[in-house]
Amino acid sequence: MSATVVDEPTATKRPRGSMSPSQRRNLTGWVFLIPAAALIAIMSFWPMIQAFILSLQTGRGSNLDWAEPLWYNYQRLFQDEIFKLTLSNTFIYLIIQVPIMLILALVLANLLNNPNLRWKAFWRTAIFLPCAVSLVSYSLVFRTMFATDGFVNDALMWLHLIDSPINWLGQAGTARFVIILGLIWRWTGYNMVFYLAALQNIDASSVEAAKVDGANSWQTFWFVTVPQLKPMILLTAIMSTNGTLQLFDESFNLTRGGPAYQSMTMSHYLYEISFQRNPNVGYGSALSYVILILVAVLALIQMKVGDKRD
Amino acid sequence: MTRTTWRKVPGYAFLTIFSIFSLFPLYFMVVGATNTSTDVLASRLLPGANLIQNFQDLVAAADVASAMWYSALYAVATTVLALLVCSIAGYGFEIYHSKGKDLLMAVLLLAMMIPFAATMIPLFRMFANFGMVNSAFAVILPAISTPFLILLFRQSSRSFPHEIIEAARLDGLRELEIFFRIYIPTMKSTFAAAAVITFMTAWNNFLWPRVILLDNKVQTMPMLISNLSAGYVTNYGVLMLAVLLASLPAMVVFLALQRSFAQGITGAIK
Repeated sequence: MSATVVDEPTATKRPRGSMSPSQRRNLTGWVFLIPAAALIAIMSFWPMIQAFILSLQTGRGSNLDWAEPLWYNYQRLFQDEIFKLTLSNTFIYLIIQVPIMLILALVLANLLNNPNLRWKAFWRTAIFLPCAVSLVSYSLVFRTMFATDGFVNDALMWLHLIDSPINWLGQAGTARFVIILGLIWRWTGYNMVFYLAALQNIDASSVEAAKVDGANSWQTFWFVTVPQLKPMILLTAIMSTNGTLQLFDESFNLTRGGPAYQSMTMSHYLYEISFQRNPNVGYGSALSYVILILVAVLALIQMKVGDKRD
Repeated sequence: MTRTTWRKVPGYAFLTIFSIFSLFPLYFMVVGATNTSTDVLASRLLPGANLIQNFQDLVAAADVASAMWYSALYAVATTVLALLVCSIAGYGFEIYHSKGKDLLMAVLLLAMMIPFAATMIPLFRMFANFGMVNSAFAVILPAISTPFLILLFRQSSRSFPHEIIEAARLDGLRELEIFFRIYIPTMKSTFAAAAVITFMTAWNNFLWPRVILLDNKVQTMPMLISNLSAGYVTNYGVLMLAVLLASLPAMVVFLALQRSFAQGITGAIK
């Protein structure tokens, strides 16, 4: 730093030794970062390392020993039929729900960004409001609505769309469908806000230029607006993937993972292994590491795909 | 109608349908809270007269006052501490920028990729070793420092005029004074956005409190309603009221700070 050299003569006069103002400011900056950095180190990175060590151990409670072989827990996971089921359930949610939700959010944000739109505040609030509801609350509302004798069946029968009530939460396919619907309900508005914010920063002249060139509104949206939103789409895709892989509250409260594990997520299974009945933290940690690796790999793939500049 | 008017129809239709989809479960919850269990299952969609009865039944079945108090305590404490710790870090990263700090930021952002599932078991063991199971500290500490909030404050600090800092230094203000007396009042909308996100997340958090709070006496509202619905007999009117009470504070905070929330997010991604 050149400023340091310039300040050297005055620094010697200072009673507290050799620090120049710029050095001291740099130090102040570091001091400001310490609480946040230390907390993240202790609450995220350190446990992450611990979890890896635990995943190589077996035993019950605090009576832990190195596994034989070391990767025994991982080996066991891939012979565990319930684990495979929860893995595929989680991927079903991911592959179906995330694209639908992000496209809906994009379209809604684009509609709301139109300066001539009326009742803008109302639409925005209505669509975002589900995000303020807790995951447990909405899970229980959906559970009630989709009960066999609940509202949804009543409505469908009143409309003559079905003859007899559907056991929504009692069958694998429909139980998963209700979870996906719930996720779309809860998170679309959240993603929409990020797109809205990104749209505010887009240069209006590029959209105008496309219109002058004769592009219709769909073409303008797809070829002019969407490419400019790429970084934000990438961010929301990563956040949603991360969230879906950790899905717990809905599985736990809405379907209770049922019927027979058919809608259970990996995190829900992790909770069962680690904290219920006979807790097995070594095995649970191995499962948690699989989730960690999946999050990392998928984020990496998305970054690679999203980074391809045209 | 003219052609341009007709072209607006699909947009408005889509917004109307999606808004109904968004609002209906909320309406169902509010109306359900005023109806009897039988009425809820009979799909009565009009307000009923059973609100007071539901409330009495709920209070008799579960300690709602205590759960509300603990939820509020955890959520407010988390929000205040998180805003303090993350805003000063975001400010530090941007205003006292250096290469070393860029590297640290990159490392901290990696923590965003760590799923909570992967840290939950060691965290539980760590707090258990310190005898902190069932304590407020154990609920709050893991939620205070998040890469997302630090990033939000760092990005927003880009728009904070550096000349003001120079001027304040010439006026003899200390670095910490500049942060508290100039930065915080200027960045109100960023703080509002951060507060909304943190409060809603903390109030609604379920998995971690469920893991670390083994004693039902210190349970939160989400835990209370989850336990309530797991019982053998479910009174749906009571359940809908409990669910409504559990959701109300986060919704009120959101509605109150909505405008600043949108501004804060927009400012952060410029």
